[in-house]
Amino acid sequence: MDNLLKIQNGIAVSRASIPELPYDQFFTTLSEFVRNDGFIVQFFAYKDESSHKLLAVLRNSELYVVGTKVGSSFQSLTRNVSEKFHMFEREIAEQFGIKPDGHPWLKMVRYHQNYSGQSDVFGNDYSHEIPGNYPYFKVEGDAIHEVAVGPVHAGIIEPGHFRFQCAGEEVLHLEIQLGYQHRGVEKMLPTVAQKRYPIICESIAGDTSIGHNLCMCQAVEALAGLSVDRGARIVRTIALELERICNHIGDLGALSGDVAFNPPAAYFGRIRGEFLNLLQVLSGNRFGKGLVRPGGTTHVMGEEQRHLLREKLTEITPEIEHVCDLLFTAHTVQARFEYTGTVAHERAKDLGLVGYAGRACNLPYDARVSFPCECYGELPANTNFVTNGDVNSRATVRREEIMHSLQLICLLIEKHEQLESAESAVHMQDHELIPDSFVVTINEGWRGEISHCLITDTKGKVQRYKIKDPSFHNWTGLAMSLRNQEISDFPLCNKSFNLSYCGFDL
Amino acid sequence: METFIPLAIAILAAPLFPGIILKVKAFFAGKNGPPLLIKYYTLIKLLKKGSVYSNSTTFVFKLGPIVSFASAFIVLLFFPFAGGSPLFSFHGDVIALFYLMGIGRFFTVAAALDTASPFEGMGAAREVFFSTLAEVTIFTVLVLFYRLTGSLSFAEYFTGENPISLLSASGALLLFVIVALFMVMLTENSRVPVDDPATHLELTMIHEVMVLDHSGPDLALIELGSFYKLFFYAAFITHILYPFTAASSLVNGLIFYALLSLIYVAIGITESIMARFKMDLVPKFILTSFALVFFAAILTMGVLQ
Repeated sequence: MDNLLKIQNGIAVSRASIPELPYDQFFTTLSEFVRNDGFIVQFFAYKDESSHKLLAVLRNSELYVVGTKVGSSFQSLTRNVSEKFHMFEREIAEQFGIKPDGHPWLKMVRYHQNYSGQSDVFGNDYSHEIPGNYPYFKVEGDAIHEVAVGPVHAGIIEPGHFRFQCAGEEVLHLEIQLGYQHRGVEKMLPTVAQKRYPIICESIAGDTSIGHNLCMCQAVEALAGLSVDRGARIVRTIALELERICNHIGDLGALSGDVAFNPPAAYFGRIRGEFLNLLQVLSGNRFGKGLVRPGGTTHVMGEEQRHLLREKLTEITPEIEHVCDLLFTAHTVQARFEYTGTVAHERAKDLGLVGYAGRACNLPYDARVSFPCECYGELPANTNFVTNGDVNSRATVRREEIMHSLQLICLLIEKHEQLESAESAVHMQDHELIPDSFVVTINEGWRGEISHCLITDTKGKVQRYKIKDPSFHNWTGLAMSLRNQEISDFPLCNKSFNLSYCGFDL
Repeated sequence: METFIPLAIAILAAPLFPGIILKVKAFFAGKNGPPLLIKYYTLIKLLKKGSVYSNSTTFVFKLGPIVSFASAFIVLLFFPFAGGSPLFSFHGDVIALFYLMGIGRFFTVAAALDTASPFEGMGAAREVFFSTLAEVTIFTVLVLFYRLTGSLSFAEYFTGENPISLLSASGALLLFVIVALFMVMLTENSRVPVDDPATHLELTMIHEVMVLDHSGPDLALIELGSFYKLFFYAAFITHILYPFTAASSLVNGLIFYALLSLIYVAIGITESIMARFKMDLVPKFILTSFALVFFAAILTMGVLQ
């Protein structure tokens, strides 16, 4: 632990203060940290002058950062230490052509050429588009059949390829190949004008526009030394909670629809619309786009908005309770939800699942509690009571979070009312960033821990912008939940995780 | 004429009733739902379209919809709607007809396998497994009916001196048969809780996934065939519920369609208050229907001898 620099969520530190260890020491430090209930927030490579460096942001109850310098390869931590490094190491290999030696399943993450112009670690020729035609883990035997789903799916969902190895109806192994939505966000951000940052960050994942944008804004605020009005902080917290409620309610409805239980699906669909409308009351956009900007919010919450919010919440809270009761007390629904898609606690911990997927496996980590920003420090935390790791647990955790968020919003409106002066609206402008600095911001988006990392160069320009959506951790969780399940339960498991394709693909 | 009119009405009215199910489901979901005639509109729309055939399919694929439609249609010709005499009838026609529906299914399955899609193969495997189990129930019902009436044809079951009916002496036994046939109807017509006709999730589908590759008029035939099949099962249950012995065939017809609508409403209610079963529970569900009928069949041995 002596080798690590303790940092705080959304507070910039100078790059010089980040310890840069020789690789073997970096390796042992990380191994020791992760083996003692440590988790990875970010682990990425960046180019500094002529060499490549790795940076790891770690968490237990505190946040830490540590760096190292690497050549064209490094010893894989996935093989020797923990599964938690798996995706991160593959990503490093893909982005910079640095090979994690001994990685057990070295395969591209998103299928794109690396940034550094080095020869490709996977030996791919990227001039060909090869949808669905990747190396897959195979199970062999007469009774085994392979089912390929996607990348184009029925219904309005994003593209992703799923490869099932089945024995009859039983899934032995599921491999998920994404990357079809890769837009090169990380690579693009340092090259564009700062004014475009909020627009791009709001589009990283359409259902998490507030979460990702808030991360970016907090990072810019930290690097530009901006202060945010208390009123604006309250509005941003309300917006993040509204986004959580919209998505959880939409997903509970979709879960209900997936088991062919129609009434709650229809009711939740309507109720989700009510919350999207509340976001529109706050920001003029049903997905909260254009609300959060570095330094505050673009819209002021006045008496009228508070009134609309309060009225609607009073009207709709009992409705949500009733529909939740309808869904969770129907025993045919319980029969479908319970013991389906179980991820055992130990396995979830090995994978480092975050958000409701993690909490449903009894990993209580909630970034709002562990690393509070905005107004979360003064708000009550949530507790989950059903944590068996199955679909039922994930659904119940979401139900509990909806009720908790409703309560938070009421508290926040009260706080806002008591303010002496209203916040003033801000608009996007270029800010000068502190040179040679590093900042990491963490927010509990509705899916879980969202994190953005910014590194500035000697002139105060953004040198590396690293984004991590919670889906980056959790897709593997979905694959594991399908082990020895019936293939017909896949859509239900998938919906209970409801992970982001574009948030992962970036 | 007496024979043709009820049959013609049945053939024309069959697509109306699935609309009732949709209306009931919409009512439970607090929605207006599609218009009652939606299935007619769908059929017209599909018939106007062209068909698309995959390069990997053969004539078997084109045969599937035609045979499955024809088999469902032929069954209606043998059925005494509202107690009228059927167009055709012979001793033992029930056995021939249930196996004719089996042929329809065989060709649907063959067409599904012909596409070489793993989805369709999976659906075919499920469909064949579940309908094999349902067949056990159906034939136990026929055994029971044979013990009650000594006949093996629809016309003899439901017309004549002593029709099978809930109101007759052995009516109590038929309660079991009605429940069991309702379960079989849900299974055979891919309704909730066995299958979900409204889902878009291929991996969970049973019947629907087998017809994914059909389009245009082919799909219209499949749809129409499935309406007839459901209509047949519902009419079968209706006749067990009530004997259509009134002198006026108009009165019989009105009662018949009123009861028939109630059965469709019952399907709609079932679908609204239940979620689907997990796939591995479906065989148990179907075998429960068998257990009920088998129990009734055992009782006939003690009660009537």
